[in-house]
Amino acid sequence: MPEKIPRVRLSAMVNGKQYAREVEPRTLLVQLLREELNLTGTHIGCDTSYCGACTVLLNGRSVKSCTLFAFQADGGEVLTVEGLARDGQLHPVQQAFSDCHGFQCGYCTPGFLMSTVQLLEEHPHPTESDIRKGIAGNTCRCTGYQNIFKAIYAAAAAGEGADIGH
Amino acid sequence: MYPRPFTYHRAKSYPEAISLLSELGEEAKFLAGGQSLIPLMKLRLSAPRHLVDLNFIPETSYIRSNATARFGAMTRHAEIAASAEAARIPILHDCSAGIADPQVRHMGTIGGSVAEADPTGDWAPVLLATGATVKTLGPGGERSIDIAEFILDAYTTALQPAELVTEIVMPLPAERSGGAYLALKRCAPVYASASVAVQLTMHDDHTCQDARVYLGVLGLTATRVTVAEEVLRSKPVSPESMEKVRGAVMDIAEPNADMRGSAAYKRQAAGALAKLAVEAAVKRARGEHVEVTHLYA
Repeated sequence: MPEKIPRVRLSAMVNGKQYAREVEPRTLLVQLLREELNLTGTHIGCDTSYCGACTVLLNGRSVKSCTLFAFQADGGEVLTVEGLARDGQLHPVQQAFSDCHGFQCGYCTPGFLMSTVQLLEEHPHPTESDIRKGIAGNTCRCTGYQNIFKAIYAAAAAGEGADIGH
Repeated sequence: MYPRPFTYHRAKSYPEAISLLSELGEEAKFLAGGQSLIPLMKLRLSAPRHLVDLNFIPETSYIRSNATARFGAMTRHAEIAASAEAARIPILHDCSAGIADPQVRHMGTIGGSVAEADPTGDWAPVLLATGATVKTLGPGGERSIDIAEFILDAYTTALQPAELVTEIVMPLPAERSGGAYLALKRCAPVYASASVAVQLTMHDDHTCQDARVYLGVLGLTATRVTVAEEVLRSKPVSPESMEKVRGAVMDIAEPNADMRGSAAYKRQAAGALAKLAVEAAVKRARGEHVEVTHLYA
């Protein structure tokens, strides 16, 4: 018989909505989002803290949600890709990725969008070097990154990067 | 991937965390930022039965400086990179702004990194070169341990059971000092292939007064390159001395061939990094602004 392990009670503000759940301690943040809250926009890519597909913002800072236990977000604010659009309008970063075709298969895109939101918060007018460093934790196997760079420049030019919709 | 089930304990203070770990014994581990431990647990290379979470303990993440710069153990790499201290002490910025990628730097902590003592970690060579001290707290009370005596071997530190790191103390560099840390990586999220930390003080614009040179990654712990230090100490810095530093670092490196490169490649890389690091450190000691960052190849 496996021993009974007490569940962890946690609450978090996710995309502006307050949630409370009791989960197994080993539940990862990405599993909480996808399986408990049905927010499947955050993808599991490599599951080893490499690819960045699972990137979300925790208290305004990008993190790899496959490498965080859900309890680490207790009492915090989480922003996922579902929280970017407002009133049916794409977030400027989403719009720029769409306009510039900054993706092909789209699997890595939610992570790139979140890292770009973070990048433009810190560098509203990023240099090429800023962009390279800002998306260094995200991997795309389709695009060769050219259109992702175009999209990030376009999003910065739209001048809305600082509004991350909190 | 799911880690093995474990019981969760949230500590409200370091003393509580220490007594929890003392009670729970060897099957329990502290959780700091989790950027190494969580991947290890997911791969089941680590399978603790209990985790004692340090993330919710107040007053553990801070940067304070007067005569020394002090970093709370739970201070995230990104917070150090953005600090006034990192702006003043360039080697701090080189290291903290280059560890892994932005997402990992937002969670990973200086205390966790030092306590893990991964031979490929970025902090050890930098803290050794700057002569930092590790403050700890455990069942036996507080201790201050020179970083050179704290890191004993790969993944092995002077920490006793249920003892944890509370603070890293770094002496502020003297006048006319400069340092640099360079690491070569294939890409941001992976471990470095080689790294070098240099911290030196110049007597004047040309003559080096004293220097510390440490090689990272290519040994079980960061390795002091005393031959390179002697080449620099009390002598003018010249193209010839730089070449000797390069040679000394290459001689002491003990690289293993692996997916990151052949032994010869890593040896060459270490020598080249050493030369670049000394060049940057000398310029910084002269008051020049030089940007140095992790290199990708």
